[in-house]
Amino acid sequence: METQPNQNLGIVVTGSVEKGTEVRLDSSASVEDMVVGRYVTIEGKKRRFFGMVTDISLGVTDEQITISPPDTSDTFTAAILEGTATYGTLHVLPMLTIGGDVTAVSEGPQPVKTVPSHFSRVKLASEADMETVFGKEDNSRFFIGNPLDMETKLCLNLEELVKRSNGIFGKSGTGKTFLTRLLLIGMLQKSKATNLIFDMHNEYGWAGSFEGGKGGVKALKQLFPSKVAVFTLDEENSRHRGVSTDFVVRIGYDEIEPEDIGLLRQTLNLTEQAVEAVYQLKRHFGKGWMQKTLDISDAADVEALLQGMNIHESSFANLKRGLATIRRLPFLVAHAQVNAVESILEYLDRGINVVLEFGRHRDITTYMLVANMLARRIYQRYQEKTEVAMAGKVTPPTPLVITIEEAHKFLNHDIANQTIFGEIAREMRKYNVTLLVIDQRPSAIDEEIMSQLGTKITCLLDNERDIDSVLAGVNGKNDLKTVLARLAPKQQALIFGHAVPMPVAFRPRDWGTAKSYEEFDKGGSSEKKAEKDIKELFE
Amino acid sequence: MNKIGEIVASTSTEFTAECYELHALPALGSLVKVTAPSVEIFGIVCQSGTAGIEPGRHPVARGKDETSEEAVYQSSPQLMKLLRSEFQVLVVGHRIDGKIYQYLPSKPAHIHAFVQVCNPDEIKQFSQSFDFLSIMLNNRLQIPTEELVAASLREMSKAQTDPYAFLIAAGKSLTVIFSGEYQRLKTILARLKQ
Repeated sequence: METQPNQNLGIVVTGSVEKGTEVRLDSSASVEDMVVGRYVTIEGKKRRFFGMVTDISLGVTDEQITISPPDTSDTFTAAILEGTATYGTLHVLPMLTIGGDVTAVSEGPQPVKTVPSHFSRVKLASEADMETVFGKEDNSRFFIGNPLDMETKLCLNLEELVKRSNGIFGKSGTGKTFLTRLLLIGMLQKSKATNLIFDMHNEYGWAGSFEGGKGGVKALKQLFPSKVAVFTLDEENSRHRGVSTDFVVRIGYDEIEPEDIGLLRQTLNLTEQAVEAVYQLKRHFGKGWMQKTLDISDAADVEALLQGMNIHESSFANLKRGLATIRRLPFLVAHAQVNAVESILEYLDRGINVVLEFGRHRDITTYMLVANMLARRIYQRYQEKTEVAMAGKVTPPTPLVITIEEAHKFLNHDIANQTIFGEIAREMRKYNVTLLVIDQRPSAIDEEIMSQLGTKITCLLDNERDIDSVLAGVNGKNDLKTVLARLAPKQQALIFGHAVPMPVAFRPRDWGTAKSYEEFDKGGSSEKKAEKDIKELFE
Repeated sequence: MNKIGEIVASTSTEFTAECYELHALPALGSLVKVTAPSVEIFGIVCQSGTAGIEPGRHPVARGKDETSEEAVYQSSPQLMKLLRSEFQVLVVGHRIDGKIYQYLPSKPAHIHAFVQVCNPDEIKQFSQSFDFLSIMLNNRLQIPTEELVAASLREMSKAQTDPYAFLIAAGKSLTVIFSGEYQRLKTILARLKQ
């Protein structure tokens, strides 16, 4: 028999605030119909509780039964023992509560500070219950998916979400990109924030790949052409992919600063001394330091230069080799005609979201160099603007959300202090800039940064350390671990943190079908081109 | 009135009745009742047997030259008067004003009160609850308790519209009573199987 919402599942038999409650399953409810991650309501005497099933177990009243169980052909004995001497138990973690009186109801769900009394009835949460907790789809809430095994819409308050830095985690191939795209669409439609996306794999701008499906799925620019600008580092590649780009990013050598090189120490295999030398060279040559350093080839000139600055010859050779690697990047020019940072800022100021495609430059050195360089300058400008605004002269800049992939490369323990992203994550929304980090190795990210992330969405993770680091500091961590480890490898995720009243395992909404595009369009401001696209699809 | 015998000894917990007909004993575990003023007492047949009326005189074998058991009684008609069948009944409940209580009545049944076998409707009414099982389990009986419990439930199931469901429900009650005594439970369940 399938379980229905509002069906009685069982009664609370033991419990504690710290460990959650044990629910003895009624004999009418089959243990096989239960799933970890399902939502239940507990009808206490004075208040109602919302909780999540985090474990399911089998119990016996007498150990002898496990030693000499009835014969498998003996259905009579088995039928008698079922639900009496042998029974199922659910471990339910109560997370929210609504008090019985009128004021408590108007206040909405509150965090749990007690446990339901003995023998309280436990039921599957109904659609109405879920709506009470997660709210309806409206101007600030975005429908991101359905809680596991439920039809209810799980709505995320994006206004709240963008106030802090957030993270999306999961093993590769579990749907991180998919979720990110979904969240970006949501932010685009429902929040006042603009997005800057460092799109390493060219997934978010024009079209994204679709695992297991033919062709690609539409990405941001196709759906919201007037709200999204695609910047590219690799014009040729973008053209091949049929992407209409708005701007081709060129970076001048004179824009590269010693901090940028410091960040690349590991990837460029530079020594500490070599990095130290960069600062000295910058002081010596000024803005054009990189070009001038690379131009020195005459042995006598080198010697003269090094002697003056007390730099060891081998360190200089090491640095030059590293710089030469960077110079080979085709988007680097001696002097960029148009300043990429200014262009990005101009778009962002107009409320247009910017996706920076990396084209073929997918190696981590390039990604780190560019993302860090641009983000640093943009963040500086936001800092300045916010400070001016604080003085009461102008309105503060629109909140900005910067999306970075392979986040552990920027935010690991060793360099989190050096990269601008570490600073953004720590400073949070002070300067109206937050991060959306996407990563598959959360354990490699600095603990301090992880703890600053407001809302975390995680797909399946199976490494023990990764799971620990994602769930660090969450109430009911061990229980959520069970849920997280049992997510399906695809299209299931667990969300918890600031933007949701309680953790919830969910299935992201559809993406990639004509119907899904139409629904997105309905949910936000109508875009003429998107409408036209949809009509074409149906014709 | 379908009386089968009358009480010859009575206490609060059990009574002994003598059958009107030799060998016309009720089945082991069957539900019987005795009507006393203002109360009907229900009991379960827990022991029965036939013996000579005089304690000192032991019956002797008589059938050496006879062809059948019936022929023995035909050639010695006095046997019908010299032997008697008796059964013991464990009191498990009572009914006052139509309501059944599965615990001991305040007074024992009278001597010479008539004993009747309950009809299916009465059995159905009585077996709506299984509280009587604990009375059986807590009495020291000559017969193994497991045998008696199984026999009474089997007898009761015959009166039900769905005997299997009845036995499952009874089994579940027993499981609760015998929690921690799985082997005893298994013994009874094995005797309940149809």
